[in-house]
Amino acid sequence: MMNNSTEKLILFALRLITYAIVLVIGYILFDIIRNGAPALNWQFISGFPRRSGAAGGIFPAIVGTLSLVVGTIAVSLPLGIGGAIYLAEYAEQNKFNTLIRLAIVTLAGVPSIVFGLFGLGIFVLFCGFGPSILAGSLTLACMVLPTIIVASEESLRAVPKGFRDASLALGATKWEMIRTNILPYSMSGMITGSILGIGRAAGETAPILLTVAAFYLPRLPNSIFDQVMALPYHLYILATQHPEADKIRHMQYGTALVLLLLVLGLSLGAILIRTHFRKKFRW
Amino acid sequence: MVEQSLYPNYPKDLEMVITTNQVNFFYGPTQALFDISLLIPAKHVTALIGPSGCGKSTFLRCLNRMNDTIPHSRVEGEISINQKDIYAPGTDVVELRKEVGMVFQKSNPFPKSIFDNVAYGPRIHGEKNQKRLTEIVEQSLQQAAIWDEVKDRLQANAMGLSGGQQQRLCIARALAVGPKILLMDEPASALDPKSTTRIEDLIGELRTNYTIVIVTHNMQQAARVSDYTAFFYEGRLIECDATPKIFTNPRQKQTEDYITGRFG
Repeated sequence: MMNNSTEKLILFALRLITYAIVLVIGYILFDIIRNGAPALNWQFISGFPRRSGAAGGIFPAIVGTLSLVVGTIAVSLPLGIGGAIYLAEYAEQNKFNTLIRLAIVTLAGVPSIVFGLFGLGIFVLFCGFGPSILAGSLTLACMVLPTIIVASEESLRAVPKGFRDASLALGATKWEMIRTNILPYSMSGMITGSILGIGRAAGETAPILLTVAAFYLPRLPNSIFDQVMALPYHLYILATQHPEADKIRHMQYGTALVLLLLVLGLSLGAILIRTHFRKKFRW
Repeated sequence: MVEQSLYPNYPKDLEMVITTNQVNFFYGPTQALFDISLLIPAKHVTALIGPSGCGKSTFLRCLNRMNDTIPHSRVEGEISINQKDIYAPGTDVVELRKEVGMVFQKSNPFPKSIFDNVAYGPRIHGEKNQKRLTEIVEQSLQQAAIWDEVKDRLQANAMGLSGGQQQRLCIARALAVGPKILLMDEPASALDPKSTTRIEDLIGELRTNYTIVIVTHNMQQAARVSDYTAFFYEGRLIECDATPKIFTNPRQKQTEDYITGRFG
C-alpha cells in the first residue's frame, strides 16, 4: 500500500504531464489563430490566387482538398468497412488471416511519402490516370485504409455476443444478423474512426505531392481527371518554396488556419454522428 | 416409442420429440460430451441439471445447432427432432431454429423498441404485413405474460425494462417465430427471486403448448418446474427419469450425491 504523499506526488506528476501536452497544442493553435485570423476574409476564402499565391485567395486549394476528402471517403469507406466486416465476422483464426492482419498493421506504419510514390507508380503511371483527383484520392484511400479497418473491426467486435446469439437463435442467417443487429450498432464507431483517419489524411502533403497537387493552378477542376491545388501543399509552397516567403506570412497563416478549421470540422462531424447514434442505440 | 428398460418411469404412450443417440461433442481436441443418448418428451418440461462444466449447456446448444458458430467444434452421433436428423447434410439451420427457439442466461433484448424486438423474428422470415405483425407481437407478449406491463409503451426502448421484464420479452421474442420447442439456458439465474417466480410460472403455462428443455443450476427450480430431469456429470448423462423419481429415489449414487448436496 502506498502512502498518501506518494499518491499525491504521482497525481501531481501525471497532471503536470497532461497539462504540458495541452499547453503545446494550445500554443500551436493560439499562434495559428492569432496570425491567421487577420488574413481570413471572404475574398481570401472565395477568391483565386494571384501572383503565385502571394496575393488573392485560396479557393481552388479549398475545393481541391474538399474533393480529395470526398474522393477518399468514397473509395476508402466501402473498402475499409467491407474488409473489417470480413475480418471481424467471417475470417477464421488461421495463419493466412493472421498474415492479413499483420499486413494491415504494417501498412499503417508505412511513411506517407512511400504511399505517394506508390500512387505515382500505380495510379498515375500504370493506370494512366495522370496526376488527378482520382489518383490522389486512391492514394490517400490506401493510406487511411488501415485506420478505417482497425477502427471498424474494433467497433464490430464491441457489439455484445448476446445480440449475435439472439439473432441466430431466431433463425437469422449470418448476413441478416450482421445487417440487422451488428452494423446498426457499430456504424457510429466505424464512421467516427474513419472520419478521424480521413481528417488526418486531408492534411497530408507527401501522398498528394506526386499524385494530384498542382503547384499553381488558379482555376477549378472540371472532372476527377484534373489536377487541383490542395491546402497542405499550397501551404508548403507558400512557406518554403515561394520567392517572397517571408513577406507573405499572413497568407501562410491564413492557409494553415483554413486547413485546421477544415480538419476540425471533420472531427466535429464525427463527434456529432457518434452522439446521434449513441442516443439511438444504448445498451 | 419409449424404451421401457431405459425409462421405466415414463408413461408408455409418451411422445418423444427429440431423440439423441450417442452424441459426442468436441471443442477442438477437448471432448465435452460423451455418448449422450437422451429422449425428450413433447409438451413437457425436461430439466438438465448438473454441476458447472458438466456439459448441460453444451448439449442444449447442440439441439438448435448454436454450437455451429464455435470454431473448431465438432459433433458426432445423431440428434433427431421429429425423426429428422438435424445434423444431416443439407439441413436448413434457419428452418431448424424457427422450430427450436432459445432463451439465454443473460437476457439479451436488442437495443430497439419492444415492438421491434418481438417482430424481429417474423420480419426476417419475411412477414411484412403490419397488421399481422401487430397481432403476432401482441399474442407473443401475452403468452410471455408481459403484455399488460408493456402494452402502453411498445415503441419504448427494450433496454429500459427491468431484468425480469427483459427476460420475459426475450421469451416473447422467441415465441413470435412460432417454435414448437423452447430451449432455456438458465433463464432465471441472473434474476431476483420475484422475477424468477414469474419466469417459473410462465414455464408452467407454456408447457401445455411447447416442449421445453431447461438448463438450470438450481435444483429446487428443476424440481418445481420440470416433469423429467436429466442429470449430467463430467460430460456424461448419468441418469434421466421423471422428476419426482430423480429427487426422491435416484438409481445412481452420483445423482443422489449431487441432489443431496454432497458435491457440485
